[in-house]
Amino acid sequence: MDIFAGLAHGFSVALMPSNLLWCLVGCFLGTIVGILPGLGPAATIAMLLPMTYSMSPTSGIIMLTGIYYGAKYGGSTTSILLNMPGESSSVVTCIDGYQMARKGRAGAALGIAAIASFIAGSFGIIALSVMAPPIAVFALSFSSPEYFALMALGLALVVLLAGDSLVKGLIALLVGLWLTSIGTDLFTSQSRFTFGQTSLLSGLDFMIVAIGVFAITEVLSSISDQEETQVLPVPKGFRNLLPNWEELKACRFAFANGSIVGFIIGVLPGAGASIASFISYGIERAFSRHPEKFGTGVPEGVAAPEGANNADTGGALIPLLTLGIPGGGTTAILLSALVLWGVKPGPLMMTESPDVFWGLVASLYIGNVMLLILNLPMVPLFAQILRIPVYILHPLIFGVSVIGAYSVAGRVFDILMLAGFGALGFAMARLKFPVAPLVLGFVLGDAMERALRQSLMMSQGDLSILISRPISAGMLIFAVGVLFLPLLPRFRRLKEAAS
Amino acid sequence: MTKSIFRDGDVIAGALTAALGTYITVTAARWDVMGPEGPGPGFFPVGYGIALIILSLILIFQRFTAARHTEEDRPFDWAGFRRAAITWVAFTASTALMPTLGFYISFGLLTLFLGLFVFEKPVKSALTAGVLSAVGFYLVFDMALDVSLPAGMLGF
Repeated sequence: MDIFAGLAHGFSVALMPSNLLWCLVGCFLGTIVGILPGLGPAATIAMLLPMTYSMSPTSGIIMLTGIYYGAKYGGSTTSILLNMPGESSSVVTCIDGYQMARKGRAGAALGIAAIASFIAGSFGIIALSVMAPPIAVFALSFSSPEYFALMALGLALVVLLAGDSLVKGLIALLVGLWLTSIGTDLFTSQSRFTFGQTSLLSGLDFMIVAIGVFAITEVLSSISDQEETQVLPVPKGFRNLLPNWEELKACRFAFANGSIVGFIIGVLPGAGASIASFISYGIERAFSRHPEKFGTGVPEGVAAPEGANNADTGGALIPLLTLGIPGGGTTAILLSALVLWGVKPGPLMMTESPDVFWGLVASLYIGNVMLLILNLPMVPLFAQILRIPVYILHPLIFGVSVIGAYSVAGRVFDILMLAGFGALGFAMARLKFPVAPLVLGFVLGDAMERALRQSLMMSQGDLSILISRPISAGMLIFAVGVLFLPLLPRFRRLKEAAS
Repeated sequence: MTKSIFRDGDVIAGALTAALGTYITVTAARWDVMGPEGPGPGFFPVGYGIALIILSLILIFQRFTAARHTEEDRPFDWAGFRRAAITWVAFTASTALMPTLGFYISFGLLTLFLGLFVFEKPVKSALTAGVLSAVGFYLVFDMALDVSLPAGMLGF
C-alpha cells in the first residue's frame, strides 16, 4: 500500500462516526488535561487505558493519541493565563505568553498558540505520513541482534536527554529493567524476584506501574508544592482571540522554525516536546532582529515553542509505529496499549494492521482541525476548568487511578502496589531522578532481554554477534558514544588543567 | 558537614540502589547464568545488577566530591513532604479498608479526610465533597458503565 492509498484507507477508517467521536473525546480530554496543572497526558492515558479494553484497537488508539496531542494544545492556556505551565512542554510559552496577557493581549497570545500548534502539528503529521513507510521497509531487515542494538540505542538516548544527571537517569533505567524482570522467565519458567508471592508470578502489570509513577506521583507532588494561583482574565468574544496582522506577520518564521525543529527533535528518542520548545525558542531569539524584546511579550516567543511542541507529536510517532521504540513516557504507554490490544508496533504494523496505522495517521489530521476549532472559540470556557478546587480534583484523580488499577485483574493487591509505585515516583521526583527512563526500561526491558538471549542462542553464547553485524554494531557504537558525550566537557577541562 | 552529607538525598538513594543492585546480583547469580544452550534466566539480571551497583557508587562518590564545593542546597520542604506523606498514608489506608467498606465508602472517607486535614477546608465543604464524589463515582462507574469495583460488607 503506497502512501496515498494508505492515507485514503486511513481516512475511510478515521471518518467512521464512532472513530470521529472518539477522536473528539480524546482531543477534548487532552485539552482539559493540558489545561490542568499537575495532571499530564501520561497519567491520564494510563488511568483511562483499562477503560478502553472493550473498544476496538483503532478507536482506542485514536482516542488515547488525541489526549496526547490535545494536551499540548491545552498546555499553553495555563502558561499564558497563569504563568504556570499545564504541561512541561509549555514552560517556554510562559516567558512571552504571560507577558502578552499582562499587557491585555491574552486573547491574541492564546490565538497565536492555537494557530502555531495547528500549522506545526499539520507539518508534523504530513512528515510522519511521508517518512514512516520507508523507515518501516528498512527495519524489515532487522533480526534479534539489530533489535537489541536498537533498543540499547533508544534507551541510551532517552537516558542522556531525560534529566540533568546521566547517572540518575541510568539508575532509573536499571530499576525499570529490574521491575520488568519480576515474574516468571519466559524461556525457562524460573520465577524471578517474586518474594514468594504468587500474585507476582505473572509479573507486574505495566498499568499499575504507569498509573502509580505518573498519576499518583503527580497528585502527591502537587499537594506537596501547594501553590496559590490567580488566573488572568480571558477577553470575551471570538474576535478578541484573533491576533492582528502585525502579530501574525511577526510569527511567520516562528511557524516554520517550530514546525521543523519540533519534528526533528520529536523523532529522537528521549528528546521530547520540552526540549523541542526550548530549542525552537532559542533559535527564534538568536535570529530575531530584536532579541532584547524576548521575554517582554513578543508573539513569536509564543509561536515558536507552541509550534515545536506540537510538531513533535508527528516525529515521536515515527519510532513508535515503525520500530516499536517509544521515545518517552507517554509514547511508552501508547506502545503498551497497542500491545494489550494485540497490535504489534514495528515495521510490519502497516501491513498487518493497516486500519490501526493509517486510521491513526488520518485521525491526526482530523484531530488537528478539531483542536483548532475547539481551542479558539472555547478557550474562555476551558479557562473555567482552572477554577475546580484542588480538594475535589485530587481525590477524583485518586478515584480514577484506583479504578484503572483494579480493572487490570480485579485485585485489591494491585491497588496497594499502585500506592507503592506512587511513593516510589514521589521519592524519585523529590530526589530529582527522572521517571521516564524507569518507564521505558520497564516497557523495553522484556523485549530487550528476549532479543539479547535470542541473539546469544543464535551464536551459542558468542557476544561478538552483536558487533559482527554492521547495523547492530553501528547502533551499539553510537549508543556507547551517546553515553560518553556528557563526559567530553570534563575531559576538556582536565586537559586544560593539565596543560 | 560530614554528618550532613550522610543525610543527603543522593547518598541515601545511592546506598539504597546499591543494596538493590547487590540483592539482584546475588539472587540472579544462583540461577542459570550461561548454559550450553545460551544465556539463562540469571544472565540479564546479573548484568544490570552489577551495573546498578557501579552507578550507585558513582552517585555517592559524585556527591562526596561535589560537597566540597557547594556549601548547602535548598532547604528540604518538610511541610510539603508532610502533606504528601499524610495523603499517601490516607490513600493506602483507604485501599486497605476497601475489602471491608467497599470502594465507594472508602473513597468518600478519603475525600473527606483530605479535605479536612490536608486542604484544611471547613467540615461542611469537605463532607459535601466526600459525599458527592462517592455518589458521582457510583452513578458513573456502577450505574452507567457497569464497572466492577471492590465491594464491602454492605455489598457495594
